[in-house]
Amino acid sequence: MISDLANSSSSAAPALDDDQLLHVSLGPQHPSTHGVFRMNVALDGETVVSLKPVFGYLHRNHEKIAENATYLSSMPYTDRLDYICPLSNNWAYANAVEKLAGIEVPERAQYMRVILAELTRLINHTAFAGFILGDMGAWGSALMYAFRERELILDLFEDLTGARMMANFMRFGGCRNDLPAGWANKVSELVNGYGAFLDEMEDLLIGNEILLARTRDIGALPKDVLINGGITGPMLRAAGVNYDIRKVEPYGIYQRFDFRIPLGGTGDCYDRIMIRFLEMRESLKILRQALDQLPEGPFVHPKAKIRNFKPPVGEAYARVEGPKGELGFHLLSDGSANPYRYRVRPPSFINLTLLEDMCLGLDLADVVVILGSIDIVLGEVDR
Amino acid sequence: MSIFKKWRGHSARRPGSGQNARTTMAAPTRWSMPGLGLFKGLAVTARNMIQSYYRKERMTTVQYPEERAPISPNFRNFPFLCYDGDDPVAGLRCTACSICEKECPPQCIYIVLDRDENGKSLKRPKLFDIDISVCMNCGICAEVCPFDSIYMDGQYEMSTTDRFGGLLLGLGRLAKSADYHMKLRPLEASEVVARRKADEEKKLAAQAAKDAKAKAAKEATAKAAAETQAAAAGKGETA
Repeated sequence: MISDLANSSSSAAPALDDDQLLHVSLGPQHPSTHGVFRMNVALDGETVVSLKPVFGYLHRNHEKIAENATYLSSMPYTDRLDYICPLSNNWAYANAVEKLAGIEVPERAQYMRVILAELTRLINHTAFAGFILGDMGAWGSALMYAFRERELILDLFEDLTGARMMANFMRFGGCRNDLPAGWANKVSELVNGYGAFLDEMEDLLIGNEILLARTRDIGALPKDVLINGGITGPMLRAAGVNYDIRKVEPYGIYQRFDFRIPLGGTGDCYDRIMIRFLEMRESLKILRQALDQLPEGPFVHPKAKIRNFKPPVGEAYARVEGPKGELGFHLLSDGSANPYRYRVRPPSFINLTLLEDMCLGLDLADVVVILGSIDIVLGEVDR
Repeated sequence: MSIFKKWRGHSARRPGSGQNARTTMAAPTRWSMPGLGLFKGLAVTARNMIQSYYRKERMTTVQYPEERAPISPNFRNFPFLCYDGDDPVAGLRCTACSICEKECPPQCIYIVLDRDENGKSLKRPKLFDIDISVCMNCGICAEVCPFDSIYMDGQYEMSTTDRFGGLLLGLGRLAKSADYHMKLRPLEASEVVARRKADEEKKLAAQAAKDAKAKAAKEATAKAAAETQAAAAGKGETA
């Protein structure tokens, strides 16, 4: 049904005989596919007539592993879903287990989680800006500037969690350890300096004629198609749909902060890039408020169990607004130490489902930009 | 294209950011001076290039292995086992309870409990292997250990040419002294030492109290026995 809607609205090329088309297998070992992802593209000249995604090269059986491991043991595996932003994944999973077992989270831990999640959003969107420029051929400057800033945040993560990326930091009922001395000040410093970096990055990108030519009016889909396709996150908001889980169904303590949800106009690739820059500005705003209000107190609920944790029989679905979209965990408990069913709702994977609809009728070079603008991480697509 | 005017329910003003925050961020329209955006971007690149020669925070390259970047005190890598005193066998804190083995997410820990000839547990591991080619450095083993025995190491130069044996750490390579832990993570280690000391003292005090109580009970029974004896003797005398 989704592709019917899309086909009716996009300018797909007239169908040709199959033997007149050029079939290109793009990937899986291709630098533009952000990992091991393959697209079987049928081309009429340069125009895309059909595009079939092939994935699963990075499938690790995440859900079944989690069903055979204790609840705590799954926490480090969630880091490896979307490895650009592990702490959002941690939060989503901890949220689901806390909902399942009815665990309270102390104030300080709530603030720590918000700070970490928003820092993760900064990392993701910064890296995205670098990656998409790399997809357009600007390999080098933009990506290196983005990674330079990302590294500063990763250093903060290492000071706090012990690892740059595989944080494994959130626990059911709080966080693993308290903030080290002076950590919050370092974050304030970074937040204060980040606006200048964003200005620099915008100078580099916004008015660039090549970027405009490559991204304007490319890959836009009507709102109803996006909604029907289950698209979430910046992809959806770039098209002007006001849907952010931090506002729609606030989790944690997001209702305490004053921030806005940036919305785009047409939803083309240019809007998708710019929406992420605006979101970073909002994240900085949340970070400033959270750092100001950060209370003293325990970082984990005193009755939270790490050994022999068995939630009651039940079912819970909890979702967070990850940097890429709605990240949800659905857990089914039979009262034992392992979840009976463990299901991830990954934003990258579901945002990828409309890839063909976005690409039909466009050139092959646009496919790479569109794929980049969806912002996928194959660790999450394949799980 | 008017993305930046579409703040639903808000004014079109962009949130304040840095020093040169603009009030609108609309993309340049097609009739703007061609090449201006490119020129601006090139200016950013040139500025960055020049800064990379004199700004300290931009000169981040370290000549490894001659130089090493300092690692964070919280940095964790593969686990090690902690022992007290000088003897890595007798002083080992591990009691082979297998909690870490159970909780380890990739199941890379293998423990065999040591038993005497009657099959009684000696509360120490006969075999404790960690396959670090499988280990994912998550730190859950260190977190769940109730005996302050397993901790995360800070060593990162672990490459070896021996693919199987070199990456399977046994007790010999895992056991590291409490002093090493203290040097590696002074904050965590001193906390652990203080707690263990307090526990030890509490245990000693409890043992002493128990001993005293037992002694008192023994004395009381002895006294009672003596009294009955004396009473019996007294009775015999009067008779």
